[in-house]
Amino acid sequence: MKTKLFDYIERDNVIFRLSGLTKLICFICMTFSVMFSYDIRYILFVTVLSCIFFWMSKLKFRQIRLMLIYVAIFLALNFVLTYLFSPAYGTEIYGTTHELFRFSNRYTVTEEQLLYQITKIMKYASMVPMGMLFLLTTNPSEFAASLNRAGVSYKATYALSLTLRYFPDIIREYNDIALAQQSRGLDFSKKEKFGQRVKNVVAVMVPLILSTLERIDLISNAMDLRSFGKHKKRTWYVAEPLKRNDFIAIAIGLLVLLGSLAMTFFVNGGSRFWNPFIK
Amino acid sequence: MEKKKLFEFKTRTIVATGLGAALFTVMFMYLKVPTGIPETEIQTAYGVGGFFAALFGPIAGFLIQFIGHALSDSVQYGSVWWSWVVASGISGCIVGLTYRRLKVDQGIFGANDIIYFNVMQLIANAIAWIVIAPVLDIVIYSEPANLVFTQGLVAAISNAVSTGVIGTILLALYSRTRSQKGSLTKEEE
Repeated sequence: MKTKLFDYIERDNVIFRLSGLTKLICFICMTFSVMFSYDIRYILFVTVLSCIFFWMSKLKFRQIRLMLIYVAIFLALNFVLTYLFSPAYGTEIYGTTHELFRFSNRYTVTEEQLLYQITKIMKYASMVPMGMLFLLTTNPSEFAASLNRAGVSYKATYALSLTLRYFPDIIREYNDIALAQQSRGLDFSKKEKFGQRVKNVVAVMVPLILSTLERIDLISNAMDLRSFGKHKKRTWYVAEPLKRNDFIAIAIGLLVLLGSLAMTFFVNGGSRFWNPFIK
Repeated sequence: MEKKKLFEFKTRTIVATGLGAALFTVMFMYLKVPTGIPETEIQTAYGVGGFFAALFGPIAGFLIQFIGHALSDSVQYGSVWWSWVVASGISGCIVGLTYRRLKVDQGIFGANDIIYFNVMQLIANAIAWIVIAPVLDIVIYSEPANLVFTQGLVAAISNAVSTGVIGTILLALYSRTRSQKGSLTKEEE
């Protein structure tokens, strides 16, 4: 089924060779820079940058096609809802009104509103290549190891690496149970009445959860038997020291973040919004 | 019987967090119940999140919903809507506070426990979705206020229904699979 959404296929190129920690830092820096700025020029710059990185990683387009469809639906919905709820929010932010045309008295279309909504969509879309890059090029166990080296408690990173390790297993188990229940006649579609549908979903959930709880006992016993958590530190088989390229990448990430702050405080005079309407 | 510590993080909690987050992610992606209103689905994952939080405590509750929501967001959309992910984590943490009083793992889940669990989960969902998520939306993303508060209200109701109905059912079912303390009696000579 959709297990393919989340597969890490090892390749050998610049992006793949970066440490998981580097990728996380860059991802966070770039996310925060577009989250903070409402300047569409800067957001477009970051979008181009993240597309270049995506191209450098040589990922295949079909690996991300399904995700892109989800993103497009989500963004379209957000666009429509924002307009329905606050058709004059742009005017409120930018302080001017340049009307293009109107549907009714409440629903006018202004340049300000368009700029605001397009900026918002770009804010979200600009990070999609980076997010997918991070997800598809990071080795899960290496990621946990490098998070630990960054100072996160190894118990928490171990929980994260367990999540990544067991995610595909649980999807497989979910598929098995769901198919078994469907072959026994359980219907999850809209044809069934609401109450019955909830019951049917619970009928898949209960075996899934009980088997997960059993697995928790099994794994935690195995870990306890091997004295997990006895010491304050642990070493990681996959841990690797940061290399020259890692530092370059981190520097680029930090520059992007600083650039966003600089745009806000020096170019736009302390406002997060770029206002082209007041000359 | 040793007393449960609220913020303990032992091996079992770590494993429960890891697997719970994986389970939360899977359910968040696949097991939604359509309500008939377009684009409004009841996320059954919050029922499971609440269940795990009540069994394993606030840290596990926070991490399960935080990691789970962040992971399913990035798998599905390639990007993370941080304000809602944080709100998810906080609601899990608050539900996890019930961990100390509930004795589900000893097979006890009576009417009082059901009321206690549901009052706590209502508070948790109200704080997370009507206060934290919309406020962060406004601060981080500058979304229009009336939109995010409406979305927050809808999310609060649907997640409270999910945690309340599914969480309670799961806790009751699970408590029945556990043997009660003192269920064995010494045979008379």
